[in-house]
Amino acid sequence: MLSKNEQLDTLQDIKQMMERSSRFISLSGWSGIAAGVCALAGAAWAYSVIGPRADWRGATGKSPHLIDYATSVPLRDYMGSKLFIIAVFTFFAAFVLAFIFTYIRSKRNGLSIWSNSSRRLLINVGVPMLAGAVYLLKLIDVGAYGFIAPGCLIFYGLALVNGSKYTIGEVRYLGYGQIILGLINCWFIGYGLYFWAAGFGILHIIYGAMMWWKYERN
Amino acid sequence: MKNPIENLNKIFDSRIRLGIMSALVVNDEVNFNELKELIQVTDGNLASHLKTLEENAFVKVHKGFIGRKTNTTYSVTKGGEKAFKAHLQALEEMIRNMS
Repeated sequence: MLSKNEQLDTLQDIKQMMERSSRFISLSGWSGIAAGVCALAGAAWAYSVIGPRADWRGATGKSPHLIDYATSVPLRDYMGSKLFIIAVFTFFAAFVLAFIFTYIRSKRNGLSIWSNSSRRLLINVGVPMLAGAVYLLKLIDVGAYGFIAPGCLIFYGLALVNGSKYTIGEVRYLGYGQIILGLINCWFIGYGLYFWAAGFGILHIIYGAMMWWKYERN
Repeated sequence: MKNPIENLNKIFDSRIRLGIMSALVVNDEVNFNELKELIQVTDGNLASHLKTLEENAFVKVHKGFIGRKTNTTYSVTKGGEKAFKAHLQALEEMIRNMS
C-alpha cells in the first residue's frame, strides 16, 4: 500500500499539472517592477511638460471644461501633441521591458512563451484594453481630457481582473487597486497625473516586488 | 467499511497518464506538443500512454492540420472525466483514513 506521502505527492502532481496547463505562470515580478519604473519616468516627463494640476489644460492650452466641443482639439491634432507621444512611448517601453523579463523567466522554467495559456491571457487582457483605448480616444476627441487618466486606470484594472483567471491569481488584486484609484480619481479631476503615477507606477512596483518575493526569490 | 483503495483506477497508476488527464480536464483541448512540453516525456512514451487512455475511451483524438503540418489535439471524454474524479476522491479518502 502506498504511503501517505506518496499519495500527497500524487495530488501535488495533479494540482501542478492543472495549474501549469491552464494558466500562464511565467509572468515575472520583474515585469511589474519594470513597467512601474517606466510609468513613473513617463509621469515625471509629462509633469515637466504640463506642471502641477493641469493635466488637460496643459496638453492643449485650452480651458478646463469637462466636455467642451468649442475648444476641443480634433483627434488628429492631439495625436501629435507632446503628452500623447509621451503616453505612447511610455506604454511601449513598459510593454517591451515587461515582455523581456517574462520571456527570460519562461526560458528558465523551460516553458514556451507562446502557448494556449499565454494566448488566452492576451485575449482576455486585450479585449477590455482595446475597448478602453477606443473609448479614451473618443474622450480626447470631445475634449474630456480630465477623464483620460481615470479611464486608463479603470479599463486597465478591469483587464487585469479579467486576465487574472489565466495567469498568477494575485494579478486580480493589482486590478482591484487600479479600479479603485481610477474611480476615486473621477472626483479629483485635474489630479489625473498623480493617480496615474500611483496606479501605473507605484502599484506595479509594489505588486512586482511582492510577486518576486513570493515566487522567484530562490 | 469498504476499502477506498478499490476505487483507485489502475489506469491512473502511471504518473504520465495521470498528468495527461490532469491537463485535459482543465482545458478544452491540448495538442500533442503542448502535452509533451507539460509532461516532459519522449514522443514515443507520450504516444503509447495516450493510446492506452484512448483505448479506454477516456480521451478523444482530433486529427487536424495547421497549414501543412499535422495538428493532433486531445480532449477528455465524459467517461474519462468521471473516472478521473472518482480516482481523486479515492485518493482523498485514503489520505483522510491514514491520518
